[in-house]
Amino acid sequence: MQAVEFYLQQIEAKKHLNAYVDVYAEEALQKAKELDEKRKSGEPLKRLHGVVIGIKDVICYKGHKVTAASHILEGFTATYNATAVERLLAEDAIIIGSLNCDEFAMGSSNENSFYGATLNAIDESRVPGGSSGGSAVAVQADLCMVSLGSDTGGSVRQPADFCGIIGLKPTYGRISRYGLIAYASSFDQIGIFGKNVPDIALALEIMAGADDFDSTVAREKVESYSSLVQESKPLRIAYFKDAIDHPSLDAEMTEAMKSYLNGLSEKGHQVTGIDFDFLEYIVPTYYVLTTAEASSNLSRFDGVRYGYRVNDENIDLTSFYSQSRSQGFGKEVKRRIMLGTFVLSAGYFDAYFTQAQKVRKQLYDQTQLIFRDFDVIILPTVPSPAFKFGEKSGDPTAMYLADIYTVYANLVGIPAISLPVFTHSNGMPFGVQAMTNQFCELSLLRFSHQMMQQ
Amino acid sequence: MVQGKDKYEVVIGLEVHAQLLTKSKLFSGDSATFGGEANTHISPITLAYPGTLPKLNKEAVELAIRLGLACGCEIERINYFARKNYFYPDLPKGYQISQHTTPICKGGFVTIRTGDGKRDVVLNRIHLEEDAGKSIHDVDDKNTCVDYNRAGVPLVEIVTEPDLHSSEEAYAYITELRKLVRYLHVCDGNMEEGSLRCDANISIRLKGETKLGTKVEVKNLNSIRNVKKAIDYEVDRMVELVEKGESILQETRSFDATNDTTFSLRSKEEANDYRYFPDPDLPPFIVSETQLQKIKDAMPALPEQLVNKYMEQLNLPEYDARVICDDGGTIHYFEKLIKHGSHAKPAANWLLGPVKSFLNDHNVSIEDFSLKPEKLADIIELVESGKVNFSIAAHRIFPALVKDGTKTALETATEMNLLQESDTDSIATWVDEVLAKMPDKVAEYKKGKKGLIGLFMGEVKKVSKGKADPKVTTQLLTEKLSQ
Repeated sequence: MQAVEFYLQQIEAKKHLNAYVDVYAEEALQKAKELDEKRKSGEPLKRLHGVVIGIKDVICYKGHKVTAASHILEGFTATYNATAVERLLAEDAIIIGSLNCDEFAMGSSNENSFYGATLNAIDESRVPGGSSGGSAVAVQADLCMVSLGSDTGGSVRQPADFCGIIGLKPTYGRISRYGLIAYASSFDQIGIFGKNVPDIALALEIMAGADDFDSTVAREKVESYSSLVQESKPLRIAYFKDAIDHPSLDAEMTEAMKSYLNGLSEKGHQVTGIDFDFLEYIVPTYYVLTTAEASSNLSRFDGVRYGYRVNDENIDLTSFYSQSRSQGFGKEVKRRIMLGTFVLSAGYFDAYFTQAQKVRKQLYDQTQLIFRDFDVIILPTVPSPAFKFGEKSGDPTAMYLADIYTVYANLVGIPAISLPVFTHSNGMPFGVQAMTNQFCELSLLRFSHQMMQQ
Repeated sequence: MVQGKDKYEVVIGLEVHAQLLTKSKLFSGDSATFGGEANTHISPITLAYPGTLPKLNKEAVELAIRLGLACGCEIERINYFARKNYFYPDLPKGYQISQHTTPICKGGFVTIRTGDGKRDVVLNRIHLEEDAGKSIHDVDDKNTCVDYNRAGVPLVEIVTEPDLHSSEEAYAYITELRKLVRYLHVCDGNMEEGSLRCDANISIRLKGETKLGTKVEVKNLNSIRNVKKAIDYEVDRMVELVEKGESILQETRSFDATNDTTFSLRSKEEANDYRYFPDPDLPPFIVSETQLQKIKDAMPALPEQLVNKYMEQLNLPEYDARVICDDGGTIHYFEKLIKHGSHAKPAANWLLGPVKSFLNDHNVSIEDFSLKPEKLADIIELVESGKVNFSIAAHRIFPALVKDGTKTALETATEMNLLQESDTDSIATWVDEVLAKMPDKVAEYKKGKKGLIGLFMGEVKKVSKGKADPKVTTQLLTEKLSQ
């Protein structure tokens, strides 16, 4: 009860950050009361008893609004629970509200939200990152204990980095996508924000695992990550030389990364710089494939069965579609739908989609070779720390190129985490990104826990 | 006939969509049953609510494989689904999930019989896909309403090569295919309800030409007869155009059943770019050797194989075997008769005789026939063992049992006092009675007119109301007349 009251007060006090789209105050208090009684009566407590969680506005919670921060879903109420939500609720978590984000999870700054941007609590003139900006700020500013985001190309790790908290993107297929509004199906994964590794580990072990409603979710065993994170051992760590020396990486951050890597060797890990030939291909490949999938995934928002529809009875079917969708979607979403429609169209499919699929396969194979010799890959999370509002919004290409370090994990389906270990001279935090092979979340979390305790 | 028609060869390829008889939809647990109150077989998945995902129905895969095996197709082991993207209100996701480029069944054939004899029609493929909902334009003045019950119902699309050359062949092909899907319980084959739908790709070319002519696709063919009519109309239209020196436009046309003509829906230029790509929500599904073997083991023998079996092993004449194997219901009934101990020939005679006439007269299908095979087997047994003669069994006992199937055949025959008498004493009494009535004939017989034995037999039959066992009767008559 006290926890819920505390967070509700915080949310109220920091309303101007615009982190929440919707707050379920009454309901959260009611649930807290029930849980208090449960505790008093001596009933055995569930694993998330009273843990206050915020969820990104792309995850369905039955009876609550879910809009993907888009006009096209304004007022839409979820009719079922996402599998992840269902599992959190079953462990007596309290879901306190839905969190702001870029429209349909497309963006890196939270500026593409129908509800306006969320502010970075460390410097309110700066973006919180995106697309899960609201989820990052909610944890950053103590507006909940743990929050859920979604990560298609860095949408959890990048805002975690910008906000100075931990953000985990699990292996593709580790957590069911059922009830997560799709951006790009073969990339999307629910991710977790927190301030310490054990919290994230616990949320992961509860949400992960097989689900009859998602054919792409893995049947791989879910380990009890939270109880096992303490262990540590020397690891074989690789980093991409070209990535650390990349011209787009902020000079101060390059130095920080280098000294961090030195520090890892000093701690007894074996650290090796390796060549990685595909760095320049990963952003284009990512945008070809994700926009292709998005153009199709977002076709269902057509104004026919739900959501925004143009209010004009005197138009034909084609105009009905084009007007409903033109008015309902924001600029960035439309840009990506058009890009995706283009790369899938008859004359260009092979040149773009097929080629990109081939690069993705090569990346995957290359990655598997790396993990034959190494346990962890280290990269920066972002090329520069949180930027100012408006700084990049006029240049989508620059914004896309900043995804260079995060999209890799989504292209090859491996787990990745951003750890807040640095502070820039401009006062903003920035992080380091660690990755392990598919379904090696346990070693990733162990490594992260060790890093966070120093 | 249209002028100059015999110069041309007709080339037809058919695409048949068959709704699979699964309990649930192709990618969700919603009921796949036909009809129902509008929008009752729906869930967030069928309605493509945000965040929903497809989950493949394994039963649908099995039915597709079953049909593929029956058609001699090659079964693909690693299978993919693609998205066919287009906007229409009856298509909830804005794309249809279809196998399109990677069908589960490749090649194969369906055997047809026409006036020209027997021939295998070559298939290109059979693939799985989901059905769309139904737009309803006439319940509301202003709006079109959509019923999503059908959306997501599993279909197989059975595509022939351009291997049919007349409307008769097309007619025979669909007739055979429908029989087959029904026999295999893959589809109910009901064209009026739309569970079996057909599109025809039609072209003509000068005889001897090897290149295909410009094709026209005709849609909306909701009966086998309409398929034939549409082809006939379309071929005439094409021949007339070409004979006039005009060219045929590549287009999609619709059949108008009110006047048996076709009209243009859209030209090739207006065709959609469907932007097919592999569905990222569905991982490839693998057909394993064990799964395939299981389906093979569960397959019933096919009608064509049964005809041969009935002829060779049961010594049935070809005509009987073919008529029995003409539809699955009759095959099942016949097989059960045999299982209950009936001999093949009498069983066939009963099915092709009294049963068939009854079903025709009452317009009942054999599936709905109230007389269970085991009861009919009892009747057949009564006749075969000489307890009742065929005519009495067919005209008296059979109708009685159809009406009331609670009693056994023997009970019914006994109650109706129809059992044949083989007891020599009673038959002797009847024989004496008859002979006493006809002294003249007896005299004539004794003088050598042996053919009169038939008359005496008939009389005994009459007097005994058919109950006198013919064998015993003949024996007694011959004895008494030679005294």
